[in-house]
Amino acid sequence: MESAFLIEKLVLAVVIFAISLGVAAYSTLAERKIAAFLQGRVGPHRAGPHGMLQPLADGGKMFFKEEIIPAESNAFLFIMGPSLALLTALIGSAVIPWGQTMKIGDLNIDLQVADINVGILYVFGVVSLGVYGIMIGGWSSNNKFSLMGAIRAASQNISYEIAMGLSLIALLMVSGSLSLRDIAEQQHGFWSDGWFSWYVFKQPLGFLLFLICAFAECNRTPFDLPESENELVAGYHTEYSGFKLGAFLFAEYINMFVSSAVMATLFWGGYNYPGMDWVHEILGASLAPLVGFVVLLIKIFCFIFFFMWIRWTIPRFRYDQLMNLGWKVLIPLAITNIVLTGIWITVKDNLL
Amino acid sequence: MESLSNRKKVLEQKPMTFWERMYLPSIMKGLAITFRHMFVKKETIFYPEQKRPVSENWRGLHSLKRDEHGRERCTACGLCALACPAEAITMTAAERQKGEENLYREEKYAAVYEINMLRCIFCGLCEEACPKEAIYLDGPVVSADYLRKDFIYGKDKLVEAPLKS
Repeated sequence: MESAFLIEKLVLAVVIFAISLGVAAYSTLAERKIAAFLQGRVGPHRAGPHGMLQPLADGGKMFFKEEIIPAESNAFLFIMGPSLALLTALIGSAVIPWGQTMKIGDLNIDLQVADINVGILYVFGVVSLGVYGIMIGGWSSNNKFSLMGAIRAASQNISYEIAMGLSLIALLMVSGSLSLRDIAEQQHGFWSDGWFSWYVFKQPLGFLLFLICAFAECNRTPFDLPESENELVAGYHTEYSGFKLGAFLFAEYINMFVSSAVMATLFWGGYNYPGMDWVHEILGASLAPLVGFVVLLIKIFCFIFFFMWIRWTIPRFRYDQLMNLGWKVLIPLAITNIVLTGIWITVKDNLL
Repeated sequence: MESLSNRKKVLEQKPMTFWERMYLPSIMKGLAITFRHMFVKKETIFYPEQKRPVSENWRGLHSLKRDEHGRERCTACGLCALACPAEAITMTAAERQKGEENLYREEKYAAVYEINMLRCIFCGLCEEACPKEAIYLDGPVVSADYLRKDFIYGKDKLVEAPLKS
């Protein structure tokens, strides 16, 4: 393995890691500011100009708080819970294509840490592993309310994974490849073949289903029963304090970031934008991919804003309504989506 | 059953239409409403630069008043300390000396007058009890501090500024 390749991938991994952590930290500030604006008040205002240094204050607070491990709990599992949650949240960002291939001199730098050809399957695997963090956290707290929260979280997570997978099968039928880089390449520009090239216009129902399932996977309102503050006394993170609690909360925001990135890449064109060929000609192949990267970040921020907008608008689902939605509404809709897509592709190929 | 006054209104429980059952149109309407909230004037008051307007019966920090000649009114009679339900006021009396006629109204005055702001409940009973109209609760909100002992306010913080008369 050449050292240049290793160094390049290492630098890329560190940069993406730093970006994920930075975006997640400022998501905490954005959450409070957006919640405040949606409620007609001003959010955190005093720490730094317009509250920009608030995440620093919050991080500092989490570090300095006392780390309590309940006496009757399993100490190893107690620490493993938030660590697992944070780990699985962070490794999901490894397969997302952040931009086209940059050409610096005679080096071709892929702006993607790992371009595996089963990209979507990897994302699903990581999301499924995310359940472990919550379950272990709830179990090891030795507290019946935390356990209830963890059980609800696990059952909600696995129910909505099925609908998520099914909604992506229709996308696979259209794109023909599991690799995220290929899917992003197929959405080049904005208009191709007489219709928009982004997949949200070719698979609107699929996008809607994926969006709803992404909300459920991230444990965001309206699906946030596991961590509902006023029902389960904070659910599975009741007994946590200090850095371990910070890890759980951070893992939720990083999950949001990665889900937004995956949605942006799969459905909203990833790093593509209308007029990208013209920009490519002007800036050359070493700077134009950076513009694509910025465009992808803007799309991700729009999704994060949407996550927060929905959180502060819609009330929470009851547990049986949640299960009903996941199993009896979304799965039939996803299967219908697959059937319709299949019919459409057959008709298009054979008759038109 | 017959209704006694014709004020009751029977609610119609119509089954939901297809669009209502989808919930998506009502979610869109909800999102539009919250989005519009982002552009209204914010209700937040930026304390301590701005302060909320107080009512006429506002009870804040105590202040020991002076009469029209600039002499302290308080005679250390102790009625405020007696009236205080939280026992927050303590005082030590002293006798007015020969050259101090312009400082105190009567022969007895309070040499040490302390109110423990952590115990005070701002009920205003001391203001009602004072026979000399010496203590009034018309100051601002008591500001925060770090140590308990700094909350025992003495005469330096309680007596109002000397008049220019």
